[in-house]
Formats: sequence, C-alpha cells, structure tokens
Amino acid sequence: MTDSKYFTTTKKGEIFELKAELNSDKKEKKKEAVKKVIASMTVGKDVSALFPDVVNCMQTDNLELKKLVYLYLMNYAKSQPDMAIMAVNTFVKDCEDPNPLIRALAVRTMGCIRVDKITEYLCEPLRKCLKDEDPYVRKTAAVCVAKLHDINAQLVEDQGFLDTLKDLISDSNPMVVANAVAALSEIAESHPSSNLLDLNPQSINKLLTALNECTEWGQIFILDCLANYTPKDDREAQSICERVTPRLSHANSAVVLSAVKVLMKFMEMLSKDLDYYGTLLKKLAPPLVTLLSAEPELQYVALRNINLIVQKRPEILKHEMKVFFVKYNDPIYVKLEKLDIMIRLASQANIAQVLAELKEYATEVDVDFVRKAVRAIGRCAIKVEQSAERCVSTLLDLIQTKVNYVVQEAIVVIKDIFRKYPNKYESVIATLCENLDSLDEPEARAAMIWIVGEYAERIDNADELLESFLEGFHDESTQVQLQLLTGIVKLFLKKPTETQELVQQVLSLATQDSDNPDLRDRGYIYWRLLSTDPVAAKEVVLAEKPLISEETDLIEPTLLDELICYIGTLASVYHKPPSAFVEGGRGVVHKSLPPRTASSESAESPETAPAGAPPGEQPDVIPAQGDLLGDLLNLDLGPPVSGPPLTTSSVQMGAVDLLGGGLDSLIGGTNFVAPPTAAVPASLGAPIGSGLSDLFDLTSGVGTLSGSYVAPKAVWLPAMKAKGLEISGTFTRQVGSISMDLQLTNKALQVMTDFAIQFNRNSFGLAPAAPLQVHAPLSPNQTVEISLPLSTVGSVMKMEPLNNLQVAVKNNIDVFYFSTLYPLHILFVEDGKMDRQMFLATWKDIPNENEAQFQIRDCPLNAEAVSSKLQSSNIFTVAKRNVEGQDMLYQCLKLTNGIWVLAELRIQPGNPSCTDLELSLKCRAPEVSQHVYQAYETILKN
Amino acid sequence: MIGGLFIYNHKGEVLISRVYRDDIGSQAADSAVFSSSGPFLGERLGGSVRNAVDAFRVNVIHARQQVRSPVTNIARTSFFHVKRSNIWLAAVTKQNVNAAMVFEFLYKMCDVMAAYFGKISEENIKNNFVLIYELLDEILDFGYPQNSETGALKTFITQQGIKSQHQTKEEQSQITSQVTGQIGWRREGIKYRRNELFLDVLESVNLLMSPQGQVLSAHVSGRVVMKSYLSGMPECKFGMNDKIVIEKQGKGTADETSKSGKQSIAIDDCTFHQCVRLSKFDSERSISFIPPDGEFELMRYRTTKDIILPFRVIPLVREVGRTKLEVKVVIKSNFKPSLLAQKIEVRIPTPLNTSGVQVICMKGKAKYKASENAIVWKIKRMAGMKESQISAEIELLPTNDKKKWARPPISMNFEVPFAPSGLKVRYLKVFEPKLNYSDHDVIKWVRYIGRSGIYETRC
Repeated sequence: MTDSKYFTTTKKGEIFELKAELNSDKKEKKKEAVKKVIASMTVGKDVSALFPDVVNCMQTDNLELKKLVYLYLMNYAKSQPDMAIMAVNTFVKDCEDPNPLIRALAVRTMGCIRVDKITEYLCEPLRKCLKDEDPYVRKTAAVCVAKLHDINAQLVEDQGFLDTLKDLISDSNPMVVANAVAALSEIAESHPSSNLLDLNPQSINKLLTALNECTEWGQIFILDCLANYTPKDDREAQSICERVTPRLSHANSAVVLSAVKVLMKFMEMLSKDLDYYGTLLKKLAPPLVTLLSAEPELQYVALRNINLIVQKRPEILKHEMKVFFVKYNDPIYVKLEKLDIMIRLASQANIAQVLAELKEYATEVDVDFVRKAVRAIGRCAIKVEQSAERCVSTLLDLIQTKVNYVVQEAIVVIKDIFRKYPNKYESVIATLCENLDSLDEPEARAAMIWIVGEYAERIDNADELLESFLEGFHDESTQVQLQLLTGIVKLFLKKPTETQELVQQVLSLATQDSDNPDLRDRGYIYWRLLSTDPVAAKEVVLAEKPLISEETDLIEPTLLDELICYIGTLASVYHKPPSAFVEGGRGVVHKSLPPRTASSESAESPETAPAGAPPGEQPDVIPAQGDLLGDLLNLDLGPPVSGPPLTTSSVQMGAVDLLGGGLDSLIGGTNFVAPPTAAVPASLGAPIGSGLSDLFDLTSGVGTLSGSYVAPKAVWLPAMKAKGLEISGTFTRQVGSISMDLQLTNKALQVMTDFAIQFNRNSFGLAPAAPLQVHAPLSPNQTVEISLPLSTVGSVMKMEPLNNLQVAVKNNIDVFYFSTLYPLHILFVEDGKMDRQMFLATWKDIPNENEAQFQIRDCPLNAEAVSSKLQSSNIFTVAKRNVEGQDMLYQCLKLTNGIWVLAELRIQPGNPSCTDLELSLKCRAPEVSQHVYQAYETILKN
Repeated sequence: MIGGLFIYNHKGEVLISRVYRDDIGSQAADSAVFSSSGPFLGERLGGSVRNAVDAFRVNVIHARQQVRSPVTNIARTSFFHVKRSNIWLAAVTKQNVNAAMVFEFLYKMCDVMAAYFGKISEENIKNNFVLIYELLDEILDFGYPQNSETGALKTFITQQGIKSQHQTKEEQSQITSQVTGQIGWRREGIKYRRNELFLDVLESVNLLMSPQGQVLSAHVSGRVVMKSYLSGMPECKFGMNDKIVIEKQGKGTADETSKSGKQSIAIDDCTFHQCVRLSKFDSERSISFIPPDGEFELMRYRTTKDIILPFRVIPLVREVGRTKLEVKVVIKSNFKPSLLAQKIEVRIPTPLNTSGVQVICMKGKAKYKASENAIVWKIKRMAGMKESQISAEIELLPTNDKKKWARPPISMNFEVPFAPSGLKVRYLKVFEPKLNYSDHDVIKWVRYIGRSGIYETRC
C-alpha cells in the first residue's frame, strides 16, 4: 500500500472528482478520496470547498477513516463554523462510545476545533470524560481543558473545570497527574496573579510520588512545575532535592535539565556549610557532562545552559575543562558555545592546556570560530595573569600568519591586554605597526589607532602613522573617526612641537566638515580645552585609565538569576527573559531565585550573596563592539572612574532603580518608556485640563459629560506576592482624561517608601502621565489612595489579550510585577460621534467578514435607557429605527488610537420574555470587537 | 508548548504539516493591525500558518550559509529543527517552551517513524503520511508529548488500521492501561517457549591526541543494549563491576576481590532507560527493572579513567618545499595478542590543492580519495601488540592562497572484541514470581564490542 500517489494529482477539475468519490457508496473509494483530500491539504491546496462532503464521511465505524475526517475538521472548521456544527452530533455520540480510544479521540479532536459554537457543546462531554473510568480518556480530557481555556477562558472558569482539573492532581494514574499538571501550569501562566497551582507540601508530595512513575514527558511537566514552587525552609528544600536527584540519571536529557533547574533553584536556599550542599554540587557535574554526548542539537541546548550554570556556580564544573575541547567534526554552533565555556573555566591550573587548544583552533576553517578563538586567547591573558606573556607570544605568532582576519582580531585583543597590564608588553608595538595596511575592519583600525595614540611617545613615526589614517577621514566609520580624533590629540599633548598642524587638521575635520554630533561635540570639547588650558587638557585626556577586569561578557546578575529559573527552556537558549520573545501575557511572570531562609541567614558570607559582587569587585566589563563608543568617551573625557555605580548593593535586594538598565533587561529589552511628563495630549479632544476635571466631577451627577462607568477596585497584586504590598485598583475615564485609581496597602511590618510605577508597552500605548506620588512613607497597615493620570502616547505593542497591561511597581523593598486587564471603554473618546451619512458610508465600506455578532443576555432596559447609559461612556447613538416591534440602535465610538467601531444594537422592548440584546460590531480592526462587546456588557449591566 | 510540526523534503516542500496551536504564524498580522493606515490583515488560519511554513523554508532550508543554530527565531516565532538524511523536521512555537524537551521529542518522533516504516526518506514519508498523521495525533496533544513508546503505540496504531471493530472490551482497556500505565513499555501476557536474553555492551572510545602522543582528552561512551525474550512481567537485576558497588561489598573482604582479579571501573556518569527504578539506583546503586519486550537500550555510561586505548597513531608530516608533503603514519595495536581488531580504517587528510599521491603501506590497502581530500587506509584484521606503517608522498599544486592548510587531524575507525572501559557484566538475574521459570532457566548471552568514536590524532 503506498500513499505517495495521493501527492501527485494536480489535474484541473480535481475538486469535482473528489466530490464524486467522497459521495461514493463504496467504503474503500471514500477512504481513498479522504486520503487524497488530506494530501492536498498538506501541500497547501485549498480543499475547504469539500467540507460538507468530508463531514458526511464522519459517521463511520472505520477508525482510520474517522481519524482522517477529524484531521480535516481541525484544519477547516474555523473557516466554516456553521458547517462545523454538523459534526457536533457525531462528536457527542463518540464521547459515549464503549471504546475508550474512541471516546478519547472525540474529546481530543473536539478541543482542537476552535469554533465558539462548538465549544458550548463540548462542555458536557468534557465533564464526563474528566471523570471517565478509563485513565486514557482522563489524561486526554485534562489536556482538553487547557485547549478550551485557550479558546474561552471564562467558560472554563464558569463551568468549574479548573476545580476538576485540580482534583486530577490526586488521580491514581501518574499520566493523568502529569497532564493535569501541564494543563494547570499553562492556564496559571495566563493568570499570573491567580492561585491556581496551589502548591503546598502535600501537593508537592503527590507530584514527587507521581514523578517516579510517569513517562519521561510527564516527568518533565512535573519537574518544570516543581521549579515554580518555593519551599518554606531549607529543610523542605533539601528533602525535595533528595527526591529529585535520581532524575539526573534519566536517559532523556530534558528530564535531566529540568531536574538540574529544580536543584539549582532550591540550592539557593541551602546553607553552604551543609554537607548535603557539597554532595549536591558533586552530583550535578557528571550529568551535565553526559549531556555533551547527546545529539548535536541537544548538546547546543545543554551548552547554552551550562554557560549560565558556570556563571552562577563556577565550582560545579571547574575540573571538567577537557570535555569542552572542540572536536573537529562538531557542528559550528557547538564549537562556538564550547569555546565560550572554555574561557569561563580557564584558570591558572589549566591555562596551558587551554592555550594549546586555542592556538589549534585559530588555524581552523570557519572564520567566526577562528575569530572567537583569537579573541579567547586575549581573554585568557586578561583573566589569568600568569599566562599573559604566553598569550601575547601566541598572538604574535598568529599575527605572523598574515591571515587578514586573524591579524585584525589579534590587534583588537592586544589593545585590551595593554589596558590590563600597562607598561609591560609595549615591545610588541613595532610588530603591530607592520600590519597597519592590512586592517580593514573598523574595530581593528580603531584599536590600532588607540594603541598608536596611547603610546605615541614610544613610536617614532606615530605622527606619520596617524596622518596616513587621516586621508580618508570622512570614509571611516564613526568609531574610527572618534578614535582618530582622540589619538591625534593625545599625540599632540605628548609631542606638541611636531604635530600642531596635524591636530588642527583633525579638529577642523571633526568640527567643521562632519555631520556627526558626537564627533563634533568631542572635537569642540578638545578644541576648547586645548585653547584655554593645555594643562587641564593634559590631565583630562591623558588621565590614568581604570584597569579592565578579568571577567568579560558576564550576564547581568539579576538577569542571570532569572535565567537560572528558566533552565532547559528557550529563554535559557536565547539568554533572554521570555518577555523578550514571547508575545502577550504568557511567561511575563517574573521569576526569581528563592531567598535564603532565616535559619541559614547567619551563615551568609559575602560569597553567598546571590546576586552581584560587593561594590569593590564590580567588574568593568570589556565593552562589546556596540558599546565601544561610549567606552571611549568615558575613557578619555570622563573623570577617572574609581568605583562602580552605587546601585550595586541594592541589586542584591533585587530593587533596581526603575529607570536603570537592570529592570529594562528583566522586562524585556527596551520595552520600557520613561514616563512622559506631558499631560493628556490634545488629540484626545478634551480641552479641559485635569485640574478642572475634578470640579466637573463634583458637579456633574447626571450630565452627559460625566465620566464613564467605573468598575469597583479589584486586587491586582496580593500582599503575599509582593512582600506585603497590596495593590488594588480600577480604571476611570472622566472628561477626556484616563486615570488609574490605585489603593496601596502596606501589610508588611516595615515602612514602605520610594514608590514608582511603570508600564510595559501595550496595545494602546497607555503610559503614566505623571510619576506615582505617594507623599508620605506608607507605614504598616496604612492604606493610601492615589489617582494616577494616564496618557496614550506611550509605545505600542500588541498584547494578548489586547487589553492586557503589564505593570511594574517599585518600592524600597523590591520591584513587583503584575498584569491587569483594563476595560476598553476607558479608551472611548469624547469626540467619537459620526453623522448619519458618514456612518452609513463607513458601515458599507467595512467588509462583511469583519462583522462580529454578540449577545448581551438579561438586560431588561429600553432603548432610551440603553442609549443614555452608553452615551455616558462615550458610545454615541447615531440613529434609531423601529422594525417590527424591535428597536434598532445604530451607534459609534472611537478609540484613542483613532479606530472607529460601529455598532448595531437590537432591542426587543415589547417582549418581556426576551431580555437579550443583540449586538453586531463592525470595525476595521476586528480584534477589538470582542473587547468592545465586553465594554458594552459591563456598562449596560452596571 | 509545541505549536506545530512540519516535515520538509530537501527542496523545502512540505510533506507533513500538523498545527496544534493557532498562535504560530500570525506574525505578519501583529504589526499591521495597529498602524492605522496599514493594510488590514484578517487572514484565516490556513493562510497564516503558511507564513510560518514559508519562513522556515526561506530562512533555514534555503539559507545561503551553513546553519548557525538548531534553534532559529524568525519574527518572534521559534523554529527547532533536526535533519535526517535530506528530510527536515521542524517544531514551531511562540512560547517559552522546554527546548530540551522539543529536541528529545523530535528524536523520538524519528525513532517512532523508523520503527514503523524504516528509513526516514521522502518516499517513505509520502507512502505513510496517513500513518504519520495518526501518530502525530497520538503522541503530541495540544503540543504536549504523550506516551511515545513504540511498543505501546503498535498495539493500537497499526498500518492496517482497522482493528477496532474486532477488539473485545478487555483488549481495549488493556491497550489504554498500557498506554497510560506505570509500565507503559511492556504489555501483559507475553509468552515465550524459550526464555532468552542477549546483552550487548557496545562502547565507543573517543580520543584526541597531540602529535607528540599526549592524550588531550579521552573518554568511553558505552551502551548496554538488551534483547529480552522473556515471559510474563519479569523483574530483572543487572550487575557490573562498578567501583562503588564493588567497594561497598568488598568492605572487609577487600583482599578477596583483588585476588580474584576482578578489576572494577569508575563510572563517571550513567543514564538509564525509563524502565529502571532511578530512586533505587540513587539509594542502593542497584539496577532493577522490568524490561520492554524485544530490543532496548538499558543504560548509557561514560568513563574517563584507565581507558584501554586500542590503537596508537604516530604521525609524521614533513613539508618539502611548497609543492610536496611527505607523510608517514605508524599504527600500533595495544591489546592482548590473542584478540583481533577488525574493520580498521585510517583516514589521513590531504590539502585541497593536492595534485597526486603515491602511497606505500605494509598491510591492507590504501587509496587516495580526491573527493574526500584524504588518503584512506584499510586493514581487515589486526592482532594485538602489532605495528603497521604507511608512507605517502603528496604532490601539491602551487597556489597563491596565503592561508596555511588547517591540517585536520588523522582519524581512525576500528572494532575490537572487548570493552575499552574495562566494564564487565557480573550478573543479570531474572525473577518472575507468577510464572514457573527461574533465573537458571533463562538462557543468557553477553557480548562486548568496542568501536572507535571520534578517535583523532593531530598532526
């Protein structure tokens, strides 16, 4: 039996033929036809036209055929929701089938059909299947809850499926437990504040028992879930660790890595004096090394993770250098990662071997790899002082090869070596100068110029060398231009007599002929310095430079801690927090390592501080290429940098300055926007300032200009998640200005100060329009109410769901994150009224498929009441019509970002038994319809 | 979790596409919706998933340069891929999934497919696409991997398909309890007339040696593969000369163990098939399990201490002017003279600008293979404690290339009938309390094979 023939039919009229075959009486022919349909679907042909014919084949006792039809349904149901209903009966019937395989198949497939109408019918079968006698059906139903939640979260909550799912954690079958854990974890991720996965010592115990018995995949789900738990003390942490360590011997690498994640996280809580701590450290190394004999793709994942582990706990792998030696046939991505780890593990004990290896690598074929190897030699020199001399001579050997990119890379690292060990290796300058002509990369040119300028007094022809660069000044990259400017000024300060002409030339090139503001500024500064006070100029330009530190490319400590919590996942592969690559609310929950418990606090030495070194040891990291500019400025102009920024000590607490880089990287790159100082922008169409609006608020009880509906405050951040700070709040819109009304309660035992707030980018650019002002410190048990004005001019990023808002609040204790959903009606602007003609034209203009229908149930209001209620929230009635006893309201509204939404609302006032309103919405961006509908519902029902 | 799984042929045509989640492939729509003037995008699922499919084709399969990472992020969508011959398997996601799990799953998927229809090739995939969809539906639910043991799967996903009608109720529940059960890898009621088992200790010895003969790194990665043909639900216990176990037992009787000549070995790390009770291994270091029926890999292990390196390669490369190289390579076998190594192959790389090669070897056959840029020297058999030699003269074309030849290492392949790590199987006991056969009735076979892994000497 070969199926490949199905892939080859591409004749015209194929669809008709298939149609005929699908309706054939012969079973075999039918099956053949369905196979052909599936094959066409796979290669991307549109076979949706055959929907009814395929669905007709569904009623069959042939399991294979049934599965094929289901497959088709999953693909096309969404585009033909009405037709998909035809399949519902069969599904419901199949869920009752005596064969558990068919029951499971039906519930599994039904969950994959993402059509609202079908999900309603899914609830009953699902409820039965969750309590099925057969574990196979239960485990399938558990996953189905997660599917349903993805389609309609509210429905899942209303139907009580979450509780049933929680019960399944105590199921007798380990696989059911594992799938329930997986489903709950996923649902919990989209509700960061909910307490869905109520992990406590009892439930943890259940999970640990299931861990011994379930499949390899189930073990992964459970371990990943365990990693989110924070044990109450070090003893509990240790007992969990003891039960997780056997997993390190599992053949599945993902099980091993997830176990490593749990151990790395819980180890944080153990005292270093404990014998067990040492045992655990020893147990971690062998499985990590074993991961390197897995397939290359897994090796890559493992190496990316080991890179993190080595930074967090270098002691684990310090004796395992050899396993990271590169093999000739390793794929390039494995080679590059190994090299990184080799440098991190390099120490005085193994440096000779490492250097020999690196030298070997520098002769390989792959250019990136060779470059990295050369750079690594330089980094070894900086890291291990005893080896510096050998490194330099190795680099000189490599320069002799004259291979262009090797030479350039070598010169870049030699510059760093000069900075680390001043006045030691300058004898090699002559050799470097010989290679001046072969340098064509900006970084290498800049490095060479820096060397010439820095050691101008020892290079006889320094002026000639620099002059040779000056010829093509305007063709150089900024990096080189800046360096050349500084280099020549240095030269001038050292040898003023011969180089006056040269310095004038470069100053005029930089200031008069350049468009680059950085370059001009620096030029002017030098010029003025030189012309007013040459002595001061000397002090500034030739100031002693701070030494660069040995460790390079370290991941910032708070980010590192977060990434440790994500071992094994994509975040650990990208070395980025999930928020940087995951859209919407998922995964934005900030994870951090557990704090050490009180019982071990006494043992805390500076070494045990989880994040960041003590201030004196803060490394000045060698800048990456992009940062070089800033570094150079710093180098030459700034006052000698004697110490690190003062925030270091607070980093340890996790309380990073809100605007500092630390938080940015936690929340995901540059998503954060400094709060704009401007108040509400004019575009909102509200001429009244915020001061006046308070007045209005007092006076306008009934007026149309009164504010929109305000929901009661809800708890956004429970105290237990925020070290005692409880935040509840709501959103309001009053006369054109949006604000977030917050209530902060201090439930901790210490005073809270220094509050600040920031929003992540969001769908409508909401951002605080003013800083969060809490005037007095918040003492324990005190509550303060604040209204934070918001603007809609912040950065925009589409969120999932659309109205999701991620907020970070800082106080003197820590930074906390939560996300909340804002009602869309706060974005309905006051000038959102259209005239009839316009309405009509727009309604016609928007394509019909953008129309969305909703029902607002149990709303016994008449047209007048509805209209006035909506108007107070800026939904305007354009026209009203009475058709056959039904009132039709035509309404419109406009969002702050200029999106118009048109609505048709059908009310049946004459019929008391029917209190449902029918709403159809039309909008060019149909994503908002669902949320507008919710806004309607909230406004009308309150 | 995994949002979708695609299988492509070498041209980048989709052979199999299974979408588990809607979120994949909607990247184009995201940015456009909120720019008010931007085109309206309301693509249906079918259309948007094609975006993801195409993105991978364009950015990875048709990429000009070599693949730099097995994980690619294109427009906030992550693609994991593995390649089997010229078939690409790609898993796609938009979430922060467990990356190790995704790759493990992709390998597993390959194993399952291979177990069903042999080699993974375009033809086989096209011939079995219905089966593959059926498998994908079963082993991945909403992107969560489910039981993927072939033994279990084959009980209810068959190539003939139509089994369901004939199954009795007991059979059905037996299937489901096996798929979800604690011993998901074995079914009840297996019967053999002859209870027999085979143990293969397969080791691959890896070496990286400097030209001067210094061992830069060496390790053995070994596997114990078991073929079991045992009735019922047998409880097995496996023992080997693990240093930790021997020392534990040998307390007090240390002399005895050393007298009996039993050398123990230090195992750096080992991993086990999921049938092995890991907690028992952790506490008692005993390996006990109920095996799957047929062939499976019981354990993997790694050792680095006291490895017997079966061969030593001594290279000598001399550059004679710019157009000639003289190469001499000596190999020495280093094991008991009574044993025979087989399938010996030495691969000596030659520069890209080689124009001609003359080879003389004492034993076996040697050939210059221009397409592989190497001299390949093959010897069928070689006893222990012997020595053999090859010399070659390589003529080079003069080139202007400034860059020196990278001199790849000389690599070697071989097979020897012992375990280079020194591992010995001490026992494999079988208990089946319900059926009346005892450990003595089971016929057991043990075999040791040592193969070369990456066995390289730099020159």
